[in-house]
Amino acid sequence: MSSLIDVNRGRQFIIVRMPDGNEKMQLIRMGVCEGDMVACVERLPGGTMVIQRNRQEIAIGSGLAKRIEISLL
Amino acid sequence: MKTDNFNNITDTKSDNITTPENTAIVLAGNPNVGKSVFFNHFSGLYVDVSNFPGTTVAVSKAIYNNFEIYDTPGIYGVSSFNDEEKVARDIILSADKILNVVNALYLERDLFLTLQLIDMGKKVSVFLNFTDELERRNIKVDSEKLSQILGVEVIETSAVNKKGFDKIDFAIENARVGNRSVEVVNRIQSISSEVISEAESLLILEGDDFIAEKNNAKPATANEREIIYIERRNRVNLIYSEVEYEDSRKGQLFNKLGQISLNPLTGIPLLAVILYLTYLFVGDIVAQRLVGFTEQTLGVGIFEYYVKSTVAEYTDSDLMVEIHNADGTVKESREFVFPGGMNEKPELEKEYYDYSSQPDAAVTFKFNQFFAALLFGEFGVVTMTVTYLAFLLLPLVVAFYFVMAILEDSGYLPRLATMMDKTFNSIGLNGRAVIPIMLGFGCITMANVTTRLLGTEREKSIVTAILQFVIPCSAQLAVIAALMSGAGFMPFIIYIGTISFVLIALSTLLNKLLPGESSPLLLNLPAMQIPKLENILKKTYYRSLGFFKEAWVWFFLGALAVGLMQLTGALELWQKLLAPITTQWLKLPEEAASAFIMGIVRRDFGAAGLFYMDLTVMQVTVALITITLFVPCIASVMVMIKERGIKESLIIWIGTWITAFLMGGIIAQIFI
Repeated sequence: MSSLIDVNRGRQFIIVRMPDGNEKMQLIRMGVCEGDMVACVERLPGGTMVIQRNRQEIAIGSGLAKRIEISLL
Repeated sequence: MKTDNFNNITDTKSDNITTPENTAIVLAGNPNVGKSVFFNHFSGLYVDVSNFPGTTVAVSKAIYNNFEIYDTPGIYGVSSFNDEEKVARDIILSADKILNVVNALYLERDLFLTLQLIDMGKKVSVFLNFTDELERRNIKVDSEKLSQILGVEVIETSAVNKKGFDKIDFAIENARVGNRSVEVVNRIQSISSEVISEAESLLILEGDDFIAEKNNAKPATANEREIIYIERRNRVNLIYSEVEYEDSRKGQLFNKLGQISLNPLTGIPLLAVILYLTYLFVGDIVAQRLVGFTEQTLGVGIFEYYVKSTVAEYTDSDLMVEIHNADGTVKESREFVFPGGMNEKPELEKEYYDYSSQPDAAVTFKFNQFFAALLFGEFGVVTMTVTYLAFLLLPLVVAFYFVMAILEDSGYLPRLATMMDKTFNSIGLNGRAVIPIMLGFGCITMANVTTRLLGTEREKSIVTAILQFVIPCSAQLAVIAALMSGAGFMPFIIYIGTISFVLIALSTLLNKLLPGESSPLLLNLPAMQIPKLENILKKTYYRSLGFFKEAWVWFFLGALAVGLMQLTGALELWQKLLAPITTQWLKLPEEAASAFIMGIVRRDFGAAGLFYMDLTVMQVTVALITITLFVPCIASVMVMIKERGIKESLIIWIGTWITAFLMGGIIAQIFI
């Protein structure tokens, strides 16, 4: 299983699992759920990620990005 | 509605209010949907920015017709994840009607909150904002169909040209309970009763511990909440696919500038440019030139001079007039003594005015009566504080908030936070901390207030400590720069090096010692855009106003404390007490201790006092290190106590004393 932090810029992927907790709820509200197709917009050195879904860009810290399981398309 | 000036408010207010009970209308919506534009529309007449009782998030209220309109912090959903959400939750629960502002560009995201508000059984009307942007990008949203599906009014609006604003009153009138699914209604009604409203029942079903406890009910588990959330998400997706089309969902709205800001390769140079421009505007134009004018010419030259002259008319005063040469040295001077005030000796008074009206004359007032001296004397509480607040701090704070608003509204700030996230992780913070720290270089007091936007208490503590220990504020920076500029390269390196060392040591230590985790960065990046001047000005105005309302009292009290200390001789006593440390350990002249104490009231005084002492270059360095690390001004300490509580503040306060003298002394021992 890959995690979000391994995804390169420009790749599309599917969110398989998000760690339980407040962040998961906030992501769902922002429009990102398990099973959604998402694109990686930016991968900063150190692992801070920026993902995009439906015109919306979301920045995710590396600590959280490590714990989000994804599957590359 | 007329908005002449605030003096008319009370009259007009009573004209309009005909009902004893005001309907509470709440503006709710995601962050960055333009709620503030709507609020400004309502608040033309009367605005009240206050602190919600029991929390630390600011709430705005306005009176419009006979409604009370409340603005809420931007939220993605109604719950209790953080302070802002709790405040919004309570306001929404007690609302009679809710105006839900939705960003048409992010409809799929924003509808989540809309559905939740409708599920709660509240009366809702929806403002579909940014429809101008939709048009520009060739995206269509069928607002009538949306209104049909949701069961509430959906008004298309566009803040830029006030489109749809004529329908606002209609929307308020026709706010109603929307369409809810039968299952949702059943589930809610299995909990609701006379005591528990439907809205609260829904929150209990979604696992809100606070609401559940308040009603002696059992909150749902995280799993149950997740099920409800996902169901709602699915409903949103369905609705969305029904009402939006011709969209460029996959058409990446890559904003080149956004990319440039994020990527460190281009982002850091861009940040350097922005910091330089900020320095030019705030540091040079405002801090040095404008403030030089406002403080010296207006503040001291006009305001203080007239106040003190008036006081001198009536009380025992000694006026010392010095005539200066072109190079600043004193050519001649004369003292005018008025034991009973200037109006007792009209001839002498005339002589004084004639003498002091020469060019390059400067007057120093000395009052011999205790209270006159306390209030209007050299460190007069009234004169000094008003000059400081109105003629020094005001331009600085306004300039800083202005720059922050531009960075915010352009979409740059969240990208900066993202770029800096990794760096901040190493000290237990996330990218959001960049905001209070940047503001700290403007005014520590201001920055302390913004720590509220950090996720956990742990992060707030770390950032507050960094602000108090290490960051020099703009009032101080100007003087430090001036003193350092003549000092040479080596002292500069020593100064930067010592400060950096303390910064890293402090944050690493706190990161290791403080229990708990810090929150990860999870931030929505709004599209980059040219900020709208009107919004920037309004933000600057309200924030500056809010800051001064909170802080002015503390500056007065601090000035009072120092004024008393000076008049009672306590200041001198203090200087004597610190003398051994000052002279032996820090290797500075004895008077330096006064500069330190003055710095508690006005940070620039602390630094400026050093100008008048004859110091070697290394002595200047040691002194600057000490005052930078030393306690920041009294106002920021007071705000810190308010934000962090007395215990934590005391630890930080004592810590800064120890660190400042320790580090200053070590450098002094090594280099002097």
